[in-house]
This record gives sequence, structure tokens and C-alpha cells, in this order.
Amino acid sequence: MQYESPDTLEAAAKLLASATDARILAGGTDLLVQMRAEVLSPSLVIDIKKVTETRTIKEENGGFRIGAAVTGAELKEHPKLRSVWPGLVEAANLIGSTQVQGRCTMGGNLCNGSPAADSVPALIAAGAVATVVGPNGRRDIKVEDVMLAPRKLALTKGEIIASFFLPARGAHASDAYLRFIPRTEMDIAVVGCAVSLALDASGTCTAARMSLGAVAARPLLVADAAKALIGSKIDDAALTKLEAAARAACTPIDDKRGTKEFRIDVAGVLAKRTALIALERARKK
Amino acid sequence: MAKHHVSATVNNDPVEFLCETDQTLLDCLRDELNLTGAKEGCSSGDCGACSVTINGRLVCSCLVLGVEANGMKIETIEGMAQGDKLHPLQQKFLEHAALQCGICTPGVLIAAKALLAKNPNPTETETRYWLAGNLCRCTGYDKIIRAVMDAASEMRKGA
Ligand SMILES: Cc1cc2nc3c(=O)[nH]c(=O)nc-3n(C[C@H](O)[C@H](O)[C@H](O)COP(=O)(O)OP(=O)(O)OC[C@H]3O[C@@H](n4cnc5c(N)ncnc54)[C@H](O)[C@@H]3O)c2cc1C
Ligand code: FES
Ligand code: FES
Repeated sequence: MQYESPDTLEAAAKLLASATDARILAGGTDLLVQMRAEVLSPSLVIDIKKVTETRTIKEENGGFRIGAAVTGAELKEHPKLRSVWPGLVEAANLIGSTQVQGRCTMGGNLCNGSPAADSVPALIAAGAVATVVGPNGRRDIKVEDVMLAPRKLALTKGEIIASFFLPARGAHASDAYLRFIPRTEMDIAVVGCAVSLALDASGTCTAARMSLGAVAARPLLVADAAKALIGSKIDDAALTKLEAAARAACTPIDDKRGTKEFRIDVAGVLAKRTALIALERARKK
Repeated sequence: MAKHHVSATVNNDPVEFLCETDQTLLDCLRDELNLTGAKEGCSSGDCGACSVTINGRLVCSCLVLGVEANGMKIETIEGMAQGDKLHPLQQKFLEHAALQCGICTPGVLIAAKALLAKNPNPTETETRYWLAGNLCRCTGYDKIIRAVMDAASEMRKGA
């Protein structure tokens, strides 16, 4: 196995395209576990952490651009990001232990291709757009379009996620993420739910996005959630519609973590609770 | 494929070693540098026995490649005591009997030290969450938490 740590993503993309079984290394908290278990045995590992753009958080056009290899711990240490996108930061901070937080990245969380990845629903609810670098240049892709099925991504040969762009947001806007796990720490989501919303001065919802994780083959953007919330004061009637929209979107599997019925039920409960937290936060802004 | 030549700083000493790409930092510390304080409990990021800091950041050394350590500043349990003088955390672990078999202890101590460097006055809840990635089969955790809280309070007085 070879190791390369290029300074630019253009060089990294060329390397990635050059070998069929090459792999990007960000925090390694999925990759090294899979290599150890011999699920993967890449001939070439390309470390992208020497590339500055993957490692920085910056403000851009009133929003934020977050490098794909910024760690969970670093997200938490960015006070402004935490105040504007508390739900996204709390979702990323749910990944693993303090030790895992020191290494894990949102690029890795997305590209590992697990339907239960915690930061992905939060990125989707936020309306995040990934900038991708490949052998033929750069392109932007909405985060909800990146994952197709477990371990299957819409990235073509040699493509690497460089960063995520989070759009600017006005006053009275916030987000939240909740997951259900059988214990309080160190577990994989049975259901994950992210809600991002904005209110006008009178408290009427003007924008809303909800995403669910672990209830389908990939994290879902629940389009009907926006219909349930926008135009309402997020009262009981709107929340009941939101709950129904969440349950209707689920196509889960049965596994040791939960049955289909349980996942569908929990999705509705989490949708309401998450929306109420996002609402509370948005009102305080 | 030639081995990688890695230069790093370990516990403030410059070190150099050769490693294969697939050797983890934990393998390199233990097998190339003879620093066997960090333990291998699981090799999958679950137990925390291999905890070290890299440039001040707490990580599982089993989930880092040795070659990634090039140019980095690494701290392990071997750097915690100053000569014969134990670090307050080590002293409190003895006083509170916060270890039995001791396998988890180097990782717990390194993790606790990283916590106190960031937050000298953590609540018990903060301490429990911070250490959630350090598994212990023996103590039931309570004595570990008491020892960390006591060391934190002593270190605040000393500071
Ligand atoms: C103990 C433990 C607990 C965990 N708990 C959770 C949890 O609670 N929730 C959760 O969601 N996950 C959890 N995980 C999984 C893992 O930590 C996360 O998925 C993490 O975000 C992966 O990021 P990474 O940077 O370590 O990825 P890596 O392991 O470096 O990469 C993962 C995959 O993505 C590819 N990749 C990485 N970055 C890019 C990029 N920029 N462009 C293209 N491809 C890329 C790699 O080639 C690899 O295939 C846990 C893991 C461990 C070991
Ligand atoms: S050996 Fe590294 S976490 Fe268990
Ligand atoms: S003292 Fe034995 S594992 Fe903790």
C-alpha cells in the first residue's frame, strides 16, 4: 500500500483517478476500521489533510464554507458557526467519542456512505452544497444528491469533496438535530432528524427543510415537511402535518437496532421534537 | 515499496522511525519506539486504550497511520510524570484506587489530561461525556470520575 499527501486537490484527484482501488484518507475513523477488518485493502491511500482548503472554515457571501476535512472538534471550537448553525455542529459532534471527534470529518461522514451518518441530515436540512474537485475540474452538488444508496455515491472516478457551502441566513433562523439511540453516547442512529427553519418578524415560518437519516437507503430530504411548516406559526396543526410527512417518507429496514414500525414511529416523534428545538432557537435570534 | 521515514516529536523528544504504510501510529509507538504505555484494546476506535494527543488533540492512535505523524507533536503516557514526580492525575488515581488491571489507565489519564487542559473546572457530567470513549472493564468508572474531579480541584488550587 502506498501513501501520498499532495498539497492540492487537483493533484489528489489525479492520483485518485490513477488507481482503481485508491482511497481518500481524511480522519480515517471509517477507513482505518474498514482496512483493519479487511473490508477494504486499497493499494493507494491519499491523505487530503495537507490541502488547506479542506482544513479551513471561512465566511463567504454571508454564509460559511467548511473544508471537507475539518474535524468535529474544530467545528465545535468555531463560536460563530455554532451560533448560526447549532444543529449542524451538534450533529457532527454526536459522531463517536472525544477521540473520534479529534479526527472525524463531515466529508468522511458523507463519503463513507452510511444511511445513518449523523452530520448528513443536518447538512441536507441546512441546504448545504458540496464543492467537488475531479480530474476534469470543479463542480457543485447539493448534499442530498451525493449519496445514492449504502456505500454508493454520485461522485465519478477521481472526484473528491473539497468543502461544503452553507448559505447565508437572515434573522430568526436556526436548526437542530436529534437522533434516537438506545443509550446516551457512542452508538449509531436508529433514526436521525434535522430541521432548519426561518421565521418572519411575526413568527410565521418562511422557510423550512427537514432531513431524516437511517430510515431509508440514503438520508432523505423530506419535501412535504416544508409544506407542513411554511406559512404556519408552527402550531400543533402544523406539527401534526410534519409528523405525518416524516412517517410517510420512511422506507426503513428491520435490523438489530430497530424494526420498520419502530423506526417509522420514532421518525414522527423526532420530527416534532427537532422542529420545536429549531423553533425555540429561531425565536431567540 | 520502501518504508516511510518519519520524523516527529514524542513527549518533547525528537524521534525518527521507519514504518510501513499500514502500520498505525499505535503500532509505531509500541513496536518501533518501544513506548508500550498506549495499549491496543480493540483497534477500532471503541475503547480508547490507545489514546494519545497529536498537536494537543486527543485521538485514538489505532486510527492514525504512523506516516501521518511526520512533523507532528505527540504526547503519550510516558511523558506524563516528570521523572519520579507523578502528575496530579496519576497521584489521584492511586489515592482513589481508580485502576485495577490498569489496561485502560494510560488512555484514561491522557484523555483526562486533555480535558483539564481545555476545561480546568469540568462538571461531573462533562467529565463523564469526555471520557465516554475510554472503556474500563474493572472499576465501574465511579472511582475514575472521583479521581479526575479531585485532581482537577487540586490542579486549580496549584495554578
Ligand atoms: C468509535 C466510533 C464511533 C463512531 N460513531 C459514529 C456516530 O455516532 N455517528 C456517525 O455518523 N459516525 C460514527 N462513526 C463513523 C465515523 O467516525 C464517521 O463516519 C466520520 O465522520 C468519518 O470521517 P473520517 O474523516 O474519519 O473519514 P475517513 O475514514 O477518512 O473516510 C471515510 C470514507 O470517505 C472517503 N472520503 C473521506 N473524505 C473524502 C472526501 N473529502 N472526498 C471523497 N471521499 C472522501 C474515504 O475514502 C473513505 O472511504 C464512528 C466511528 C468510530 C470509530
Ligand atoms: S485500541 Fe484504539 S480505541 Fe481501542
Ligand atoms: S482498570 Fe482494568 S480496564 Fe480499567
